[in-house]
Amino acid sequence: MIDLLNAIVALSNFVLVPAVTYGSQLALGALGVTLIYGILRFSNFAHGDTMAFGTMVTILVTWGLQALGVGFGPLPTALLALPFGIAACMALVLVTDRMVYRFYRAQKAKPVVFVIVSIGVMFILNGLVRFIIGPGDQRFRDGENFIITARDFKDMTGLREGLALKTTQGITVVTAVIVVALLFWFLNRTRTGKSMRAYSDNEDLALLSGINPDRVVMVTWLIVAALATVAGTLYGLDKSFKPFTYFQLLLPVFAAAIVGGLGSPLGAIAGGYVIAFSEVLITYAWKKVLTYLVPEALEPDGLVQLLSTNYKFAVSFVILLIVLLFRPTGLFRGKAV
Amino acid sequence: MKTLLTATATAALLAGAAHADDHEVKLGIILGFTGPIESLTPHMAAGAEMAMSEVSDSGKLLDGMTVVPVRADSTCIDAGAASAAAERLITSEGVKGIMGADCSGVTGAVLSNVAVPNGVVMVSPSATSPALSSVEDNGLFFRTAPSDARQGEIMATILMERGMEEVALTYTNNDYGKGLADSFATAFEDKGGTVTINTAHEDGKADYSAEVGAMASAGGDLLVVAGYVDQGGSGVVRSALDTGAFDTFHFPDGMIGTALEENFGDALDGSSGQLPGTDSPGGDKFVELAGDSFDATSTFAPESYDAAALIMLAMQAAGSVESGDYKDHVMDVANAPGEKIYPGDLGKALEIIAGGGDVDYVGATAVELIGPGESAGNYREIIFEDGKMETVKYR
Repeated sequence: MIDLLNAIVALSNFVLVPAVTYGSQLALGALGVTLIYGILRFSNFAHGDTMAFGTMVTILVTWGLQALGVGFGPLPTALLALPFGIAACMALVLVTDRMVYRFYRAQKAKPVVFVIVSIGVMFILNGLVRFIIGPGDQRFRDGENFIITARDFKDMTGLREGLALKTTQGITVVTAVIVVALLFWFLNRTRTGKSMRAYSDNEDLALLSGINPDRVVMVTWLIVAALATVAGTLYGLDKSFKPFTYFQLLLPVFAAAIVGGLGSPLGAIAGGYVIAFSEVLITYAWKKVLTYLVPEALEPDGLVQLLSTNYKFAVSFVILLIVLLFRPTGLFRGKAV
Repeated sequence: MKTLLTATATAALLAGAAHADDHEVKLGIILGFTGPIESLTPHMAAGAEMAMSEVSDSGKLLDGMTVVPVRADSTCIDAGAASAAAERLITSEGVKGIMGADCSGVTGAVLSNVAVPNGVVMVSPSATSPALSSVEDNGLFFRTAPSDARQGEIMATILMERGMEEVALTYTNNDYGKGLADSFATAFEDKGGTVTINTAHEDGKADYSAEVGAMASAGGDLLVVAGYVDQGGSGVVRSALDTGAFDTFHFPDGMIGTALEENFGDALDGSSGQLPGTDSPGGDKFVELAGDSFDATSTFAPESYDAAALIMLAMQAAGSVESGDYKDHVMDVANAPGEKIYPGDLGKALEIIAGGGDVDYVGATAVELIGPGESAGNYREIIFEDGKMETVKYR
């Protein structure tokens, strides 16, 4: 019985908790990508750097608050700074839309043109963020580090395995749930949300029925900016902030959005968790867990690992390929890519 | 006027030529003055040139020869450009020895394409790739920087002495990380230790829970992280600490930096590491000698001084400036027995050799050449206490 508990705890500590956290971060990022794809109809490659920009402003405000001696008790000060980051990020995406994307929208440019344009925006944001905050690692986490540490857990329960739960992991999951709930309420219950969905389903019909396209586009950008900043800040709190990492984050985020079905918000969330769990689970070495579960005589000598962790990125791409081959619209029937 | 100029120029040329025949020897300095390590190379070149002017000023090298440095650009990454530069030094400048090259890749290229075919001695101050130990060099190649194979062995010894017999190992997925991890794993297993898992991590990635999960499952007394402190290495350490997978670590040179103290503080207490370093008095003397003329503490600047000094001392020992003659004397002047020679003592060393005595060149980095003519390497072993790095001892 104790062995079973130990096995469960070990699995939670190294697989479930990290994967749920990482999955939530990916899901929030993928939601932004999927909304842009669904409503503005292009793959926004600048999304990773939009996240970096929002997070950067949040960090700068956090440092300001810390310098003023303002704290948030056991929670990270960054949560207080988050609204400022969101506001700055909203301003940024609206300016970009006005200066760049609107021109191509008026031209009725093809989606592939938009993709290239967004790559241009990506490079500019890339440079902007590095110019302001530098290319290095920035740490801005404060408050309590842990809800419970591995050592405390062991002392408390007397088990051999510890379960660590970081404050940031708790915050990530809670925030993700709140944000997703708000988003769905907005899309399904409010007039603006409904008009966004109508615009996404059939642009011409929506225009005919009197929906103001400029307003839909603006609201979409605002929501995407908020999602990007929240995702970026949660990620930065949990790991660390480095512009290059955010750029790299683009790959798993897109993988999540595509697996879930581009354009489907529900799919983006499911996709985030599928990618996160597959990266961690398929390359997990089961030796530790099995040692608790099987009789001593059967204990494994090897690592009992399906694939070496060197292949973890290949795993997400294989899943992506399988989905695209057999179900091109994604798990939740988004738009075909 | 024109005639006068021509005449002067001719006279100067003649004088130069006459001078070159008897009293001048040229040494090449091939370093990446442009490219990824361009911030280090000016100090490296200045270090080597300081040794040369010290020897010239003493007037004791082979009856008062002057040593003239000639610089060339290795670019650090472009093997073709580096080889062309080296070829020019040897064929048109007529250098008798090369201080360089710097990065492992171009060093290998210059050695096999230019130095070996032309039979010219090459002493690199900074190439650390283990692959250069076994390269075909006709006894012409030396280095004052230790091979990473050596670091792997030192690391294995340190861990064994600390009683760690089972370790997990992760390395950054490039030539440095892979080379170091392999040499460490081999050395550690030869000493009876067990590496429970040897896995790569990619730099700059989003999440390291998969890697840490696998390493935790494999288990071990501690985790060896052969990565970069400002790259994925810190991410792995952070994740391992957070999940409680490992609370002690061992760090090779790429991981050691003040960023470790800043990021992790006392969470690393009890962890250990090593980086190149020496407590030999030569290091301080070198800094003193350099004064304000260049940054003597810059990475590989002392090694450059030593590389140039070794070439010139070997020439003195052979009584000849030709590579074929003096290549066999490099090991003799570098190692015991003999009078210990520190930076600033080059004149004295030349005198001792001329008088038939023996010298043991210690130089700025406690040079000791082993095996295929590479530095034995001196490492500073450190341990983390109260969130600070403390030096345990030198090896």
